[in-house]
Parts: sequence; structure tokens; C-alpha cells
Amino acid sequence: MYTRKNQRDLTRTEKRRLVDAILKLKRSGRYDEFVVMHREYYVMDTENRPRPAHMTSSFFPWHRRYLLEFERALQAVDPGVSVPYWDWTKDRSTTSSLWAEDFLGGNGRAGDRRVTTGPFAYATGNWSVGRGVTDQNWLTRNFGRPGNNPVSLPTADDVARALKDPVYDTEPWNSISTEGFRNRIEGWGIHRVRTVGNHNRVHQWVGGPMAGAASPEDPVFWLHHSFIDLLWDRWRKAHPKAAYLPGRKPASPGRDRAYVFGLDDPMPPWNVTPRKLLDHSKIYRYA
Amino acid sequence: MPQLTRRRALGATATVVTGLVLTGFARTAGASSEPRTADPKHNAEHKGHAGHAGHEGPQPFSETYRGRRIEGAPSHGDGHHGGYAVQIDGEELHVMQNADSTWVSVINHYETFATPRAVARAAVIELQGSELVPLT
Ligand SMILES: [Cu+2]
Ligand SMILES: [Cu+2]
Repeated sequence: MYTRKNQRDLTRTEKRRLVDAILKLKRSGRYDEFVVMHREYYVMDTENRPRPAHMTSSFFPWHRRYLLEFERALQAVDPGVSVPYWDWTKDRSTTSSLWAEDFLGGNGRAGDRRVTTGPFAYATGNWSVGRGVTDQNWLTRNFGRPGNNPVSLPTADDVARALKDPVYDTEPWNSISTEGFRNRIEGWGIHRVRTVGNHNRVHQWVGGPMAGAASPEDPVFWLHHSFIDLLWDRWRKAHPKAAYLPGRKPASPGRDRAYVFGLDDPMPPWNVTPRKLLDHSKIYRYA
Repeated sequence: MPQLTRRRALGATATVVTGLVLTGFARTAGASSEPRTADPKHNAEHKGHAGHAGHEGPQPFSETYRGRRIEGAPSHGDGHHGGYAVQIDGEELHVMQNADSTWVSVINHYETFATPRAVARAAVIELQGSELVPLT
């Protein structure tokens, strides 16, 4: 049993140990395996293959397990570390200690958006990205995407509204579910209904690889998803009688069988069910 | 919401041969705001067709945008790319279509766009001149 802390409460030593463990995973090649896995689980509404990770009810349990795997890998390097969370409703400044030289480094520079500060700057020689998508190997960020089409971080009100929804998820259990806590937090923009929200919007706000399918290229990915995982806890506490939905895969042979993971349907790649991931209290807690 | 999508579906039926696809979307979308007792079987049948965007066909395009060649055309592949292929300077940009018929790409994964051309343009802006690498 260990604790996941708010990143703003980490001591200098805790930050250093976490960064060192991440860099060790990167050096060993293990880190990039996580990036590739996330990219491979980029599956859309219209594809006919298993889709447990995004645009679906199992968004929360899938990412809970994914984070746990990452945390186990970190702890194999240094048993004292865990994945802190970034509460972006509170730490909203581009000069937050999160983005300081001794932690994740700051925004990308003007022009090419390259991150030039902190342990993940390309010039350190310790962090190169490819996204598996482009030929550019330095980490980039573009906070708020200034210029045309800027993005702001979601607010505490945005999160509160999602937490108020008493239903976990609703039909059709995908990116156009207009009601339900899951898609209110996952945050898919729905044509003519609402714009990008909460979780998705934070990916957009950071920019660079965080805005794409290989988003774990930026270590802030883990801190973002640690907070998303905490929000699932908060929702469960707020609605103790509400169940994970849907209870089971639809009986019909339609496309939704490929993406609906009911409470007892094993999710790839680990073949673990959402039910097994509902309660993490024996493994970690949030402070 | 159901009203809007139905209106869109009707418009599409009148102009394109693929009323079935969009009607499928409309029923699917409608179910989400109707009582939660909506018949899932009914939705599933229609969603079965939703992936073959090639039938529905956003038009092909080819243009130079901010110095990059962007092209898009319906494809008859395995449906993995939503039945529509987009390239930037000759390299494929992985794009796919969502249930509300909007589009995303591997570069802009967390937001949706109305057309493949809009997805391609957004990717050009995001790429900042870097090249796409071939998908493996
Ligand atoms: Cu993800
Ligand atoms: Cu995410």
C-alpha cells in the first residue's frame, strides 16, 4: 500500500527520484513500450476491433490498469516512487512548480515549440521522442495553443458538473454519449452538442505529443491520468449506489460488441475485467 | 440533439446515396438522450454499417496548405482508416471517423473535425514542418 500525492506537495527529493526512475525506464527501452501500447490502443468509433481504452465505458478502468503497469515498472527501478497527480483545476499556471527546471521542465520555446528546460529537454541527451508518428525527436509543448483556436484548461466548475452526473455512462457507450460521467470527463466534443472538455482538453492544452495518439511521450501524461483516476474515485464516493455501466456486452452481434466492455468482460491486453479495477484501496491511496 | 442529427440525416438522404449510414448515426445518437431503455439491438444493427465511410464519401481533395501538399480520397482498404485516406507530402496521416461523423487524426487525437481536409490542415499546423513517418 502506497500513496499517490498531489504533485505540488512532492519534496525536492521525491521529484528527483521520480524523474530518475522515469529516465531509467526510458534508457532501458521499457518506457517506449508504454508509448507504443497507447498508440496501438488508439481505436476509433468506426473501427471493428477491440476498443477498451478510449471513446468507451472502460476508459477509466483501462487507464487505471495502464497506470498501474507503469507504476510497477517505476517501482522495479525505485520501490519508493509512485505516480503523483496534477490537479489542473488548481495548478493552472504555465509557471507552476510542475513545469519547473527540477521537475517536468517548461513550455516549448517560441518558433519550434521545443522544450529546452528540465530533465526531458532534448539537449540533455536523455529524452528523445518520435511519437512513432513524426521524424521530430525533441519533446514539444504549446501551452494553451495561442494564436488561432486557443485552448484553456478546464475549470473546477467543469469537473463539478461531470461529478454531479449520477450515471456512469450511457448508450451508445462511445464518443457521442451525451450524458454520463464517463464521457463528461473523457470529454469528447460532440458535433452541435458540446465542445471538447475535461480530459481531452488538457491533452490539447499541453500540446505537442500530448495532443496526439502517442501522448505518453510527455511524462505529464501520467500525472494527468493519475488525476483522472482520482476523479473516478470522487465520482464513486459521490454516488455510492451507482454501478459501472454497462453491466455486460450487448447480446447482438453489432459493432458495439467490439468496444463495450461490461463489468466482467476481460479487457486487452491484460485480460482484466473492469470489476477487478473498481477498488484500488489495497494497492494505493490518494493524498 | 436527436432533432439536429435527424435533420442532418434527412438532408443527407436527399443528396447522397448513403442515407442508411447517417440514419444509423442518427438512431445511435438519439438513443443516448432518450430513456436508457432504448433497444440496443436496434442500434447495433445500424452501427454495423457506420464504419464504411467510403460509401458516404467526403469528397477527394488536393491542395497546398502552408507549403505542404495535402491530399485525401476515399479508400477501399480494410476500413481501418475509416475508408478514407489522407496524405501529407505523400506520407499517410492516420485518420478516422467518429460516431457523429466527425474526424480525428493521430496528430490531433483529442479533438474532432468536420472533414478530412480540416484534419489534414490541423495536422500541418501541428507538425510545424516535421515529416510524418510511415505507419508500422
Ligand atoms: Cu489514453
Ligand atoms: Cu488521456
